[in-house]
Amino acid sequence: MAETDAGPLVHAAGVRHHFDTAEQQFESATLGMWVFLLTEIMFFGGMFGSYTVYRNMYPDAFASTSHFMNVTLGGINTAVLICSSFTMALAVRAGQLGSKKTLILFLILTLVLGCVFLSIKYVEYHEKWVDHHVPGPEFRYADSRYFHHAQILFFLYFAMTGMHALHMIVGVGLLTTLIVMAARNRFSATWYTPVEMIGLYWHFVDVVWIFLFPLLYLIGHTA
Amino acid sequence: MSHPIVPTRVYAAVFAALIALTITTVAVSKLDLGEYNFIAAMTIAVIKGSLVVWFFMNVRRSSSLTRLFVGAGFLWMAILIVFVLSDYFSRGWLPAPGWWK
Repeated sequence: MAETDAGPLVHAAGVRHHFDTAEQQFESATLGMWVFLLTEIMFFGGMFGSYTVYRNMYPDAFASTSHFMNVTLGGINTAVLICSSFTMALAVRAGQLGSKKTLILFLILTLVLGCVFLSIKYVEYHEKWVDHHVPGPEFRYADSRYFHHAQILFFLYFAMTGMHALHMIVGVGLLTTLIVMAARNRFSATWYTPVEMIGLYWHFVDVVWIFLFPLLYLIGHTA
Repeated sequence: MSHPIVPTRVYAAVFAALIALTITTVAVSKLDLGEYNFIAAMTIAVIKGSLVVWFFMNVRRSSSLTRLFVGAGFLWMAILIVFVLSDYFSRGWLPAPGWWK
């Protein structure tokens, strides 16, 4: 009924009918994913902004807290996350090549590294809990001068790393979905868009940590 | 997809650079450089973040429209930080009692 003058519409395999070509479809998905990531940049940006403001208001109190940050665990976690970004990039590459086995292997590696990151984060949170460094009525601080202002930093620490960890947990769920989809032969060299999009998400979460690590763990360490 | 396949060695080189920069930033933080500790840590973080965005997120091979959106994201982030800070930093410039003291 709605056939055009040019005859029945013919589409390439895997291309939805509102796209002309597979490239256009892929381009739209990439752009849409980036628009989502921009909202994420602004979401984390608000927390980075408030961190900057408070650090400038109470530089001494903030510097004093860096002695209680576990740089070794933080550094290991940074390396773990960079490794997971590397394996994710290789997973996307395997998706492009359409090699199912390699794709699943690298997705599982990324998933495992993500879980290692979260486990180390758990150990760090546990340390903070035991040391009474969780803001609230049970908060204790060695230097009584900084009791209130150090709490602001620990609040920001838990807010920022907590939101980051939540993104990691979501990422772990997304990776699991990808592994199941890959195992069910849902991807091919012509259509692996979800792998590429979740890859973008995973790398974005890595970038957030790349900024969190120096800000929360390293700055003020020598002061 | 018309995307050219990026050789594994490119990703491996970026990975090696990221790990090397992580070790560098931890090493530099042990030195007492005063104000430069912050500048060094943030410079390294920006380099690392750019490497991830450019190579791993493949903005290098993305269309101009996608790049424009990526650029807009960081521009808006910069506006957010600069405007908030210009407010807080300029508050002490007038002889009014600061509420945070």
